[in-house]
Amino acid sequence: MRFLRTAWLVTRKDLLIEARSKEILLTTLFFAVSCVLVFAFGFVREGRAVTDAAAGILWIAIAFSGTLALGRAFERERQSETLRALMMAPVARPALYVGKLVSVLILLALVEAVVLPLVALMFQAPLFDHLPYVLGLLTTGTIGFAAVGTLFAAMLVRARSRDVLLPILLYPITIPVIIAGVRGTAALLQPEIDLPMARAWLAMLAFFDIVFVTLALWTFEPVMTE
Amino acid sequence: MFQKRLFLPVAVLVAVMFADAPFMILAAPYESTMGLVQKIFYFHAPIGMVMFLSTFVCGISSIIYLVTRRRSADHVAIAAGELAAVLGVIVLVTGPLWARKAWGVWWSWEPRLTSSLVLWLIFVAYLLLRRYGGPGSDRLGAGVAIFGMANVPFVYWSVNVWRTLHPKTTVVPTLPPLMRGPFWFSVVAFLLLYILIVLIRAGLERRRDDLEALYLAAEDGVDHA
Repeated sequence: MRFLRTAWLVTRKDLLIEARSKEILLTTLFFAVSCVLVFAFGFVREGRAVTDAAAGILWIAIAFSGTLALGRAFERERQSETLRALMMAPVARPALYVGKLVSVLILLALVEAVVLPLVALMFQAPLFDHLPYVLGLLTTGTIGFAAVGTLFAAMLVRARSRDVLLPILLYPITIPVIIAGVRGTAALLQPEIDLPMARAWLAMLAFFDIVFVTLALWTFEPVMTE
Repeated sequence: MFQKRLFLPVAVLVAVMFADAPFMILAAPYESTMGLVQKIFYFHAPIGMVMFLSTFVCGISSIIYLVTRRRSADHVAIAAGELAAVLGVIVLVTGPLWARKAWGVWWSWEPRLTSSLVLWLIFVAYLLLRRYGGPGSDRLGAGVAIFGMANVPFVYWSVNVWRTLHPKTTVVPTLPPLMRGPFWFSVVAFLLLYILIVLIRAGLERRRDDLEALYLAAEDGVDHA
């Protein structure tokens, strides 16, 4: 109970700051939309997107804007050494990780709520025909991406050249998430919908989430203590 | 202990094995469809196996380092991480060389080659963090190495499924008995060489640590005098 309460307090603090400034939400959102547009110029021929492009664009936009949001969320903690203050608080360290993770997830969910309809609209992608599957892939994929990203962004707070190191570390580790997300979504967008394939990718993403959230909870304390 | 007593004999053995290996590979029969090109396997596959091993050595010593905070575990981790990156370069160069002759293309997104590329990226990222991360990057690196190791099964599974979505007939040679001998000989030779290099590299890192400690101690001495 105490664990969950601590995590909730951290999440609430982040959401309150964000609700007042809206800085991360608005910048990340606009960045995601620009990503979709930039990719559209690369992958649209004669008014239609090339095969599987919609799935790829959706996930790349999420991965890119996710990195941006993660970086900004922890830059804010660094500026006035508030992360150190949090680490000094007499509470369970993994609870701090969970709190930060949930606030990043809520932020990314808001971004996805805009990007998903945008991609569906601009690339004539039938993303809403199998909404439960698409939402399942987005949820598990985003959790996997953010679980690794939150830990890495937190530990890079004290590192030099953290801005460039975050994507360098995050992308190779989350390649399975990107492959699963893109292929799973593409399986749902094909003319002949491949539900067993989408289910297989969904299962892999769920398994990825379990493994990496557990690992992050375990490594957070030894990696963060000075 | 191993370093003092066994280092030289093992080094001599490795040298002899590497001198003998070309003759064994020459004596092995030619593969019927690929001919001479197939011989790169005696080089490419063992290095791939040792690289794979190296990622696990790096990950496991990182776990030991995070749990016990023993510096020697970190020394082994950085040695294994560097070697995984170096061996990865060799794998990623020799793989396409063979693929060009066997499949007619340099890069075909073949599952094993693709997952080697992803693994290699992870360990290059690990080295970049250790090089440019500044103070405390040893622990951050340990975290990344553990995540990289845990990622291996996911990378293999996802890359394999991704590629089998677009099936492609590939010549997968199964080793006939006469090729098996030289092949495993090469594997053992590279494995022993790997162990030697890890020991030398970890030793270098230990000396660097010792030197640092001496500098700090000397500065303290001056301050108190």
